[in-house]
Amino acid sequence: MSDTTSLIFGRLGWDALPFWSMLTDHSWLSIINGVIATGAAGMVVLGALAAVILVTWLGKWRYLWSEWLTSPDHKKIGIMFIVIALVMLARAIVEAVFMRAQQAVGLDSGFLTAEHFGQLFTTHGTIMVFFMAMPFLTGIINYVMPLQIGARDLSFPVLNQVSLGLTAAGAALVMISLVLAPFSIGGWTGYPPFTELARNPGAGVDYWIWAVTLSTLSSTLTGVNFAVTIFKKRAPGMTLMRMPLFTWTALCTAILMIFGMPPLTVATGLLALDRYLDFHMFTTDLGGNMMNYVNLFWAFGHPEVYILILPPFGIFSEVFATFSGKRIYGYKILVIATMCIAVLSFTVWLHHFFTMGQSAHINAAFGIATMLIGIPTGVKVYDWMLTMYRGRIRLSVPMVYAIGFIMLFVLGGMTGIILATPSVDYQVHNSLFLVAHFHNMLIPGLLFGMLSATNFWFPKATGFRLEERWGYRAAFCWIIGFMLAFFPLYVLGMMGMPRRSVAYFEPQYVPWMIVAGIGALAILCALLCLLIQLWVSIRDRHTNNVFAGDPWDGRTLEWSTASPPPEYNFPVIPEVHSLDAFMTEKEGGRAWRVPDHYGDIEMPANSVMGVVIGLTSLAMAFGLVWYMWWLVIAAGVITLAAIVGRGFVRHTHRIISADEVRTTHERWLERLRQTAPIDRSREQSTDNHGRAMPPVEGAVQ
Amino acid sequence: MSQRPLALPRPQARHPGLNLGADHAHEADSREEMVFGFWVFMMSDLIIFGLLMATYVTMLGGTAGGPGPKALFELKSVLIQTMLLLVSSATFGMASIALKYQEKRRLVMWLLITLALGFAFLFFELRDFHTMFEKGGVPSRSGYLSAFFSLVPLHGLHVAGASVWLVALLGQMAVHGLDAPVKTGILRLGILWHFLDIVWIGIFSLVYLGGLS
Repeated sequence: MSDTTSLIFGRLGWDALPFWSMLTDHSWLSIINGVIATGAAGMVVLGALAAVILVTWLGKWRYLWSEWLTSPDHKKIGIMFIVIALVMLARAIVEAVFMRAQQAVGLDSGFLTAEHFGQLFTTHGTIMVFFMAMPFLTGIINYVMPLQIGARDLSFPVLNQVSLGLTAAGAALVMISLVLAPFSIGGWTGYPPFTELARNPGAGVDYWIWAVTLSTLSSTLTGVNFAVTIFKKRAPGMTLMRMPLFTWTALCTAILMIFGMPPLTVATGLLALDRYLDFHMFTTDLGGNMMNYVNLFWAFGHPEVYILILPPFGIFSEVFATFSGKRIYGYKILVIATMCIAVLSFTVWLHHFFTMGQSAHINAAFGIATMLIGIPTGVKVYDWMLTMYRGRIRLSVPMVYAIGFIMLFVLGGMTGIILATPSVDYQVHNSLFLVAHFHNMLIPGLLFGMLSATNFWFPKATGFRLEERWGYRAAFCWIIGFMLAFFPLYVLGMMGMPRRSVAYFEPQYVPWMIVAGIGALAILCALLCLLIQLWVSIRDRHTNNVFAGDPWDGRTLEWSTASPPPEYNFPVIPEVHSLDAFMTEKEGGRAWRVPDHYGDIEMPANSVMGVVIGLTSLAMAFGLVWYMWWLVIAAGVITLAAIVGRGFVRHTHRIISADEVRTTHERWLERLRQTAPIDRSREQSTDNHGRAMPPVEGAVQ
Repeated sequence: MSQRPLALPRPQARHPGLNLGADHAHEADSREEMVFGFWVFMMSDLIIFGLLMATYVTMLGGTAGGPGPKALFELKSVLIQTMLLLVSSATFGMASIALKYQEKRRLVMWLLITLALGFAFLFFELRDFHTMFEKGGVPSRSGYLSAFFSLVPLHGLHVAGASVWLVALLGQMAVHGLDAPVKTGILRLGILWHFLDIVWIGIFSLVYLGGLS
């Protein structure tokens, strides 16, 4: 390669293309893997092209730019986060199916190379944690939390755009790594010394480092934004102990993000120093110590587990209360339990590496701390069951996910208690038992929570319900698929099969592997059902319309406003007098009253900061991966200039006049009054236009 | 103006030092959010420094036969850096007082002095690194030196970043005058500046005094 080429392209060469090795190595295995990798890369390129062509064909570039990409509206940013999460979810599920397929036929060999399999489990884990789960929960909190506390936006709308830009850049980097391969094979945890330059000189680990770092920075900023919003922007009268439980879990999640994300920034940053500037933080020679990495990683990793699971706890609390037609049982205890979990989550990180050389006493202390977390979690499970007890339960789609969650999550918790015992952990660590355990927590916990939330709040965000028939199909496919795919892994773990194995030599594994493979296909079906559900719902959006905003007889403030809510959320900031503020209003006959007075509303103006920072950080990360230093410097200079320049901008707000607010609001109120209230038995029918008949008006629940 | 809440449910903390102008209550509400947010962000940053310090302590033994603290550090130069940074904190305090009484000329003067002290600190720090390099104390030499160079220059980078911010704020002041965003900007920069002072005290005690004792 000539000097000029390497100056421009760094170490990026033709061999980064996924079909390159296939052209030189004509073995059967190489061609199969080349075809799969090329197919995946083709999907990325074609998907991007199709999106561009579609927007151009519809003539929507201006709309996309001014209404979405530069919008500071927390609702739109939330939806964009969720879109990223769904796209990445689809990719990571397909990867999971490939891994299951490989292992189903993996006796002695299979069809994937070890390198390819390593990339699959690394990207699957990285995507699911950083680019599916995190954007999904960030999106849901972004959308719902300000509405629940009676606020008009987050405290820092432009910072929110920047968070979205950073996550999008990280996700884009992982997608680009399919076209300009390879990605890391070091697992989602990226343990050195395997990920050090000496063992892994290629671009893969660098892709992983920068993708994860971008996501981490995004989440730190998001955490600051959420926490400040909840502390400072609650409506008058909404004391901390009147906050909806979802907002409580959002607060604890935000605090965990603020304190739990920096350790990962430090870990990946130091690993980058090792790889780029020849530091010796985690190397095996010259005084490096890889245990520091492991401690730093899990000082992030364990709070992260609760960042992932607390928002679903909040979601399920709302879902159980709403669809049981009851106030949540044990509100105060649930708040205390949430706080306990948040605090305890910082005290157990060592249980991720019981076998890495500390004394038995230390292991015992951390084992006990780990088991302690089971107590507040158990309290929550009992509270949810007691919420349902003697309630008028409606088995809606969110509720199916919630009940599936309770049963499966408790089971996963039991296996967690098993793993928390260091002596047992020595037997099953690094086996498929562990893989089964954490999938058992994350799929019924996090993912069911997110899907439950999507079904629950979708009508709020769009103004129409998600179609229920396909919703139920998706939910049951998820539940059954999960059980088929992961229960066999418990058995396999007990039989001694290590995780992350591309192949094995034990014929007894095969039947269990085939069952797990069938489970993966059922999960693929669940994904298809979700897509069909979305399609059918959009097709029938006029008949499923719930413009009045309260399709489920909701209890909290987000249901008191129109669906979809206006940009400013509330024409007049509500006053809160109790827990379940909106339900209290409905029961007192005070809901949907015409306000005495409207004022001008000041909203944040559009800004290009999110797009700019997203693009420059993507360029910087890409330049760092391939050693294109000019790109790194150029992008860095633009980033700095953009941040400094932003400080000089003074027109950061725009005013919506009181008259406009009045007209919009009273038109909606007029339509709402002409809509017949419906009782709960008809909430899944086309009669439901979002006006619930409260029990106080004689509705039979 | 935006719709004001009908009644404030809790006593709202104000920033009386800011003199935000006629519409004090509303401005103070929205500005307070920014300042509080910056405090929270600083807490997150403090975790980063805390972790790097803890990592540094675990790497003390990892000199791998290379030069250690006694061979590399010069207490005199580090003491000068410490004094420069401490004095710059005091001068930033003077700038804050000038801000309170709306004395723009004195405000600019104290900010410029602070900036000069910050640059002086960076000069001495870079000179120290240079001396260390000449004595073979480069990060690639040992785990111990890697830990040193992942902690101390990060503080220096923060000081450099804060200096850029200070210059940007002076620029904003030249363009827009002493308006509310500039005032809260100075208030937040002050938090960062004093924070970096505290971090430096930690580094001075742990890395330098600890290393030379």
